[in-house]
Amino acid sequence: MMAVSDLQTSRAGDSAGHDLLEVSMGPHHPSTHGVFRMNVVLDGETVVKLSPVFGYLHRNHEKIAEKNSYLASIPYTDRLDYICSMTNNWAYVLSVEKLTGLAVPERAEYIRVIVGELTRLFNHACLAGFLLQDMGALGTPLMYAFREREKILDLFESLSGARMMCNYMRFGGCRCDLPDGWLEQAAKTVANFDSFLDHFEALLTGNEIIRARSDGVGVLPAALAINAGVTGPGLRASGVNYDIRKVDKYGIYSRFDFRVPLGERGDVFDRYMVRILEMRQSLKILEAAMRDIPAGAIIDPKAKLRNLRPKAGEAYGRIEGPKGELGFYLISDGSATPYRFRIRPPSLINLTVLEDMCLGHTIADVVIILGSIDIVLGEVDR
Amino acid sequence: MDPEPQIDLSKQGVVLTTVEGLYNWGRKNSVWPLQFGLACCAIEMIAASMARFDMARFGAEVFRPSPRQADLMIVSGTVTKKMAPQVVRLFNQMPEPKYVIAMGACAICGGPFRDGYNVLQGIDLYLPVDVYIPGCPPRPEALLEGLMNLQQKIASQRLTGPARPRHLRQSAPGEFTVPQFGSHDLVGPRLPKDQTPDANS
Amino acid sequence: MTSSARACLKTRLLMQTLEQIKDRITASFPDARLEIIANGSPANQPSLLLDHAHARQIARFLRDDPALRFDYASNVTGVDWPEKIVKEKIKVKKIIDGVEKEMEEVSDRKTSAFLESVYHLYSMTLGHGPLVIRLRTVNRGDDVALPSLTPVWRSCEFQEREIFDLFGIQFQGHPDLRRILMWDNFVDHPMRKDYVPTDSGEVAL
Repeated sequence: MMAVSDLQTSRAGDSAGHDLLEVSMGPHHPSTHGVFRMNVVLDGETVVKLSPVFGYLHRNHEKIAEKNSYLASIPYTDRLDYICSMTNNWAYVLSVEKLTGLAVPERAEYIRVIVGELTRLFNHACLAGFLLQDMGALGTPLMYAFREREKILDLFESLSGARMMCNYMRFGGCRCDLPDGWLEQAAKTVANFDSFLDHFEALLTGNEIIRARSDGVGVLPAALAINAGVTGPGLRASGVNYDIRKVDKYGIYSRFDFRVPLGERGDVFDRYMVRILEMRQSLKILEAAMRDIPAGAIIDPKAKLRNLRPKAGEAYGRIEGPKGELGFYLISDGSATPYRFRIRPPSLINLTVLEDMCLGHTIADVVIILGSIDIVLGEVDR
Repeated sequence: MDPEPQIDLSKQGVVLTTVEGLYNWGRKNSVWPLQFGLACCAIEMIAASMARFDMARFGAEVFRPSPRQADLMIVSGTVTKKMAPQVVRLFNQMPEPKYVIAMGACAICGGPFRDGYNVLQGIDLYLPVDVYIPGCPPRPEALLEGLMNLQQKIASQRLTGPARPRHLRQSAPGEFTVPQFGSHDLVGPRLPKDQTPDANS
Repeated sequence: MTSSARACLKTRLLMQTLEQIKDRITASFPDARLEIIANGSPANQPSLLLDHAHARQIARFLRDDPALRFDYASNVTGVDWPEKIVKEKIKVKKIIDGVEKEMEEVSDRKTSAFLESVYHLYSMTLGHGPLVIRLRTVNRGDDVALPSLTPVWRSCEFQEREIFDLFGIQFQGHPDLRRILMWDNFVDHPMRKDYVPTDSGEVAL
């Protein structure tokens, strides 16, 4: 690993004889979206080297899960990507369903799609709010985004009992059925979301300052994105058409007609725009799902929750979470606790290319490039 | 001071108070938190400062990124052993009078992650906590209740006498010991039990 | 057909081709020692165990071969398999009263102890996957080296560092092998099955 002094020696032949400055951004920093640290080596304001430091929120999910039963791990999955608890639950229960061969009833699949897409909506809205705050629009877009998020959290609270840590899905279905009037309330929220997006876009997408700050900044070439394992909107902004909802067709996603927005240049603006367009596609999926949801059971009657002892074997299950591919790799040894419980964290792997995207840019750009990747430290460090 | 004559006089436009009352009133209504979120509780803290729950009503809207300008550290989220030295260092950098709210089960005692090898079982092992807010995560209303508790505590602080707060006592510790990274665990002395302020005072 | 049945069919299609993939690799690398490890769960995701000497070349082949094109290494997992004592019934010939008889005896067998690195590969270009490949160390003590696959798939960079940090596997050829989650002067490997945490002095719940 190159030390600062090595870098200075190697650049000693520079015409201006620059001195390099090493700065530690984080773990306490207003723009790092959590306890994340970057050791940045600067030549003036330009980034010459960047190495991220992780582990400040390493809470040992994987070790704790080896002592817990499969059911007891569901509330822990809420706390991984703590903004999107429903999709975390879904990825985990999908993996256990693969491990045990459980089927999921129709109504439960529709409910999963509805809460999953609602989660995608407020995740992308909050990301847009935080990214714009990083760009300098202090507070206002974030306030608008959180206002919409509160409406969706009201829905989650009436459904599962909790705003954030919903603990809602179970192996073979969902924990409880939709209360009376929930679908009507959700339909109203979704109908208003379109006009919120129009408002947001009118204020921001054509905005000169945003275009100036984000066009051509933090470009991620497609080949590097694939090789580095980048997934989610960041990958699609670089032009790669890979959405796990379309590739694996998990759940009932094959029944919905939605497009996958792709970017052209892979810069910060494309990553922002892809998320706005994905929100519009999610609204289409939600309208169709809420229209077509059948009556019926919400959990497989054969599903065993307590004292589940899957046959010895392993399974890897993944979903298209709002941040990328969220996967769980479970190894069972036939006992009531998993032998190995591995979480494939999209945020950590998306950060592989952080240095590549930041080299040659200024410190101010580092902040918005990090913001455009969309990380949550609970998932990065687990 | 008797409240009745105070109320009668204030109706006639005369305000009577003590120096202590005025001093504490000013302090409690402008507590500036440090913009310091560790984990999931931080999102509820942000939600508490947003339009629906609005922490601005309590004077605590101005989140300062720099510890030099902050009065209150809301430890919101799990404190890991890797992060613990930074938390204590940040607290040491805050000027007195300063307060700590332990928000959420993880900051109080390690929470659901208590068994983890990298998890500190509560920030009160190293910092003197003034208010504990249970929950996982606590609702924004719970955070506001905790903030109001802190305001009541500030309002009831005496400026003179043996029960004066830390910032008015010469003998009180200026800095809290920062834990160091050992080869298996954190090393360094923990906060002695007699330095933890009584949360009910 | 339910979604999980559809998913099993898809992986069954890949399973038929796991034999074919193994044959394809052996055709290009005749000296390589490969083994298919079966998977007991309904998920039907069997894996291919590679040998150290050919692992990186095989990885490059899997990535670049036009029919396979596994260009995306999604997940890298470390697993600790300590020694276990398994009771087995074996047939033993014994002489009793001058007559040779065959008897069944229960004896203990020690399974081998090793650390393992499991890679889940997908193809973004062709859309298939997962292909699961495994690498195993010689033991859990002094020989814990494995070839790093980071030069082939950059997505392994942080994940192999994490396995080094938490399990202790030394990945040779990794561009920057150092701890990632625990602090630098931490010496233990906490995800190993025999890790004993320090006593914090706090009450256990």
